[in-house]
Order: sequence, then structure tokens, then C-alpha cells
Amino acid sequence: MAMLEELEAVYRKLKKDAAFKEEFRSFLNEYAGRPTNLYYASHLSKHFGNLRVYLKREDSLHTGAHKINNTLGQILVAKRMGKARVIAETGAGQHGVATATAAALFGLKCDVYMGVEDIHRQQLNVLRMKLMGARVIPVESGSKTLKDAMNEAIRDWVTNVEDTFYLIGTVAGPHPYPVMVRDFQSVIGQEARRQFLKKENALPDYLLACVGGGSNAMGLFHPFLNDKSVKMIGVEAAGLGLHTGKHAAPLSARMFGVLHGTKSGLLQTPDGQVKIAHSIAAGLDYPGVGPEHAYFQKIERAEYVGVTDREAIEGLKLLSRLEGIIPAMETSHAIAYLEKLSRRVKGKKSVIVCLSGRGDKDMETFREFI
Amino acid sequence: MNRIERKFKILKERRKKAFIAFITAGYPSLKTTEDLAVAFEDAGVDILEIGIPFSDPLADGPTIQASSFESLKRGTTLAGIFDTVVRIRKRSQIPIALMTYYNPVFHFGDERFISRAAQVGVDGVIVPDLPPDEAKGLIASCRKNDVASIFFISPTTTEARMKKVAVSSTGFIYYVSVTGVTGERKQVSQRQIRPLAQARGLTDKPICVGFGISTPEQVRSLSQKSDGVIVGSAIVREVTRNLGKKDLVQRTASFVKRLAGVL
Repeated sequence: MAMLEELEAVYRKLKKDAAFKEEFRSFLNEYAGRPTNLYYASHLSKHFGNLRVYLKREDSLHTGAHKINNTLGQILVAKRMGKARVIAETGAGQHGVATATAAALFGLKCDVYMGVEDIHRQQLNVLRMKLMGARVIPVESGSKTLKDAMNEAIRDWVTNVEDTFYLIGTVAGPHPYPVMVRDFQSVIGQEARRQFLKKENALPDYLLACVGGGSNAMGLFHPFLNDKSVKMIGVEAAGLGLHTGKHAAPLSARMFGVLHGTKSGLLQTPDGQVKIAHSIAAGLDYPGVGPEHAYFQKIERAEYVGVTDREAIEGLKLLSRLEGIIPAMETSHAIAYLEKLSRRVKGKKSVIVCLSGRGDKDMETFREFI
Repeated sequence: MNRIERKFKILKERRKKAFIAFITAGYPSLKTTEDLAVAFEDAGVDILEIGIPFSDPLADGPTIQASSFESLKRGTTLAGIFDTVVRIRKRSQIPIALMTYYNPVFHFGDERFISRAAQVGVDGVIVPDLPPDEAKGLIASCRKNDVASIFFISPTTTEARMKKVAVSSTGFIYYVSVTGVTGERKQVSQRQIRPLAQARGLTDKPICVGFGISTPEQVRSLSQKSDGVIVGSAIVREVTRNLGKKDLVQRTASFVKRLAGVL
């Protein structure tokens, strides 16, 4: 608890610190490549007929996904706290790569916990992390995926708390992480809102993003919180289908619990044991979800839906063929939902999809699936 | 006054320290758990801590993690553990604290969990991933059902938080002797024990030290600064060492007797 209280106090101060904000902004722009484009996907829009689809191109960022926004922010916090070492958990490897990147940039020691199951699925990302000087620690316990990597990272952190900063990759975990990660990712929504207003002179009707832990979705959604007319849809991974129990969609399944210091949606057995999530996308393969998403669902500010593995593959193919953009398997869930959205809306609607990451890392999974 | 509080009262009168033993429920079977509980009382264990196995045992090191997974794999359920306590109570009045991560409690319901625990003969609960700030409902249920609510102090706990823990805890306060997870350590450093004296000054409630303790020497030295000592991983490892042997219970009990005997 002491370490969380200290982090909260430090972060609360930094949030109001002009020099810190300027430093963060400068790294986002000069290093990560912000702002990202809000691209009007004309072919995709034509394909659906009744949707004007805009893609927020987080895939064009350095390292290929939105994760870098958060790791740059947190590593600046770690630096201010005088920590010499950062640790992280990773599923798809995107957050691990983004953490290794930031650690290399700032010269900090970096250890990344990764389930052995995921190490097999994401070998290229493992190589990238190692190349940048990070140590990838294989996690053999439990389901050998993201949640177990997070368990190990937490165990490491409580043991080495004095010199180590735990760099969580999503809007989950204990407070203040969900708030801190949301703030760092909010640059997505802030830019998208400004860009959309400039292009369309109006606000979008819908926001669409995939939700595992939910950081890219929260980053897009949060700046639109007070724009009541803007509807938000979070797309969870329905895996083999919600009815099969093999999925990663706790909010769609309306299951709630406590894990990793968070009370939120949580897949579990009737005895309260955490259930192993299933998704074709390693980055969505987490039984929990950020608590603010559970809150948005409860107050009906956002809606959460599921897209299956099979549907996600179709989404990946569709965007690749029509726009020449190969999305990450995670992102493909959001793309796939456009089809359903198109069927349920009346009249012509505009939608911003968070294109959270690029699909290069998923080609092996894709080949195996088809 | 429940069995845990009574035990500390008696120990205090006799100027003795508590020896607290941890085992994982259902490892390797619930019948073994029952027999170990009974044998431990004879071996000099003052309080028994029974761990409810959990899929994600965040505060535990490899030894207890492995025992949890094995227990779950063999089909241990909450209902089965409550039934086991019922069976223990027919044979022994050893004070029992349940150690559980919060999700199984949350899922079952705070009040339902605690009243069921009290009904079967449980005397206290220890929930390592639930700080007192978030435990209002659980604490209320504990008070109502005369079940002790045992919270943690660690080497990094601030004085303000120590006070909060002291107020929220009944039965005893659990002092974590290391920063990190459960598991045997060669040495428990004096630096990490120092805040214990600070906590001592803040409350009259018993404070017991756990995490990392495995030898009679450690038990003796740490008992001098506290009201009791908790041993977990070393006992679970002893169970593991004797898996498959017919006299697993006797062997483990005599191991425990050597530790408890120094107090």
C-alpha cells in the first residue's frame, strides 16, 4: 500500500506540473510521432454505405501501437521518482516492446514478464524487446498468459519496491494506475476530437474501440465524456462465442470480481476462481477489464459488445483489402463490429474507430487460423 | 471472545508466545488437511491458518503457489473446505483462521462467507489482498459473527496506516517480516523487523510475525520481538516432501513439533 500511496502522491503533483507535461508532450511528438492522423476511410465507408468511418491511426506510432503513449508517460514518472529499474507485464508483447523502448531511451534497466504461451505466439516481439536490452522473463505459472505475467510482475514489485517502478500497460491494476494510464492515453481522444471537429465541424456519432484491459478505448472515450451525443462502444473479445464460456468478455458476460487490486468485470468460476480468458488476440486475453469501463457500463455511458475470433479475422481481412491497412488482431475486433453497427443504425452516421495497432506481429496467428 | 482471542489471553498469562502453522486446504486432499489440523494441535500448534487455494495467489511464493494449483486441480471447493472445518471441529478445538484472497469472498458475499465460516467453527479471516480501507463490509460481518479480522503491517507501512490496521484488526495483527511474497529466506533482516517495535508502541493487540520463517532459530529470535510466529511455506514444503508416504501426517507433525517446541 505504501508504494501505491507514494505513487499517487507523486503523480498527483506531476499532473499539475507544467514542466512535466511539456516534457511528456515533447516526447510524444518528437519521439513517438504524434499527432497521429485521423484518416477518413473512404472505401470502408463506401462498403457500408451508411457509415462515415474515420480511423485514428495509433498504428502509425513508433513501435506500432498506442502503448507507447503510456510507457513514455510512466517512464517519466519513474525517472522523477529516481527508480533505476522498470518492470512490466505483457500479453501480445506490444506493451513489453513499448516499455523496452522507453527504458532504452531513458537508460533504465528493464525486465518484462511474459507468459510462455504468449512467448510462443509473439516471438518477433520477444526478439524486439531483447534487441533493445530488456530481459524477457518467461512465466510458467497458471494459464501462462497475461494475467499470470501480471501476478509475477506484482510479486517482483512488492519484493524490489525500493528501486523498481512497475509500469502497468493498461487501465487496470490498483489505483492510481487506471487513472494514470487513462490520462496518458487520453491524448488519443483529445486529438481525435479536435481533428474530427476540424474536418466535419461536428462531433462524431460513435466511438469504437477494442477492449482487453481497455487502455486504447479509455484513451479515445474519456475526452468525449461530456459530449452526451457521442455514443461509445467497447468491443470485447468473444473468443469462440459468449455461450461457449471460452472468451475474454467479462463486461458482456456481466461478471464482476476483484483481481490485481481492481474491482471490475472479471471472468470466474462459480467458486470465485479466476477463469482463463480465451481470445485469438493475445492482447485481449485477460480475464479482467479496467474498472472505469465497468463504471461506464453501469452508468450506461458506454456500451460493451463482443466480437468472436472468426469475426475478428474477417475484420482484419476487410480493412487490409479495402484500405491497405493491416490492423492488429486486437484492433480487428473493433473493425469487425462496424458490420454490426452498420446494420443497427438508422440514417447516415459518423464513427471514429481507434486503430490501436498494426498487424505485422499477428501474421503467424493469421496464417495458422486460415 | 472467540478461540483466537482466548488463546492469546492464556498465552499471555503463561508468558508464552503463539506458534501459528499454515497449510493449504486440500493439499494433497481435504482428508489430509483434517488430519494435519488434529495432529498439529498435539504437536504444539497454537493457531492453525488454513489457506483457501486461489487461482492467482499474488502474495505467495512458489511453494504455496504450487500447493494451491495442485489443490485446485484435485477439485477443492469452498464448500468442501467448510465441511472440512466441520469435521475438524468434531475432533479438535484448535483456533482456526482462514487465509483467503478476496475474490472468493466477494463472489460468495461478505456476510454470507463470514456467517458460514463462523457457523462451521472458524475463528478468524486473513485476506492479504484486501486493505482495511476496502474492508468495511467484511469487518462489519466479522464483528457481528465474532470472527477475528486480521490485517497486515509490512516493513514499508507508514505509521498512519499502522494505526488504521491496528484499529481494524481483531485476534492479532499480521506483521510481514520481509518485503515480498511468502517463502523461506535464509535470513530475516533486522532492518525489516525494526518497524515492528514502532507498531508495538501503537497497540495492545497481539502482533505475530510471518513470511520467510523456516528454522527453529528464526522462530525463537522473532518470537522475542512479537507475540507469535507464523510458519507457512516451510510446512507446505514438508507436506510436499512427504507426498505419497503413508505417514505424511505424522512426519509433517513432527517437523512442526520441532519448530513449535522452541516456544
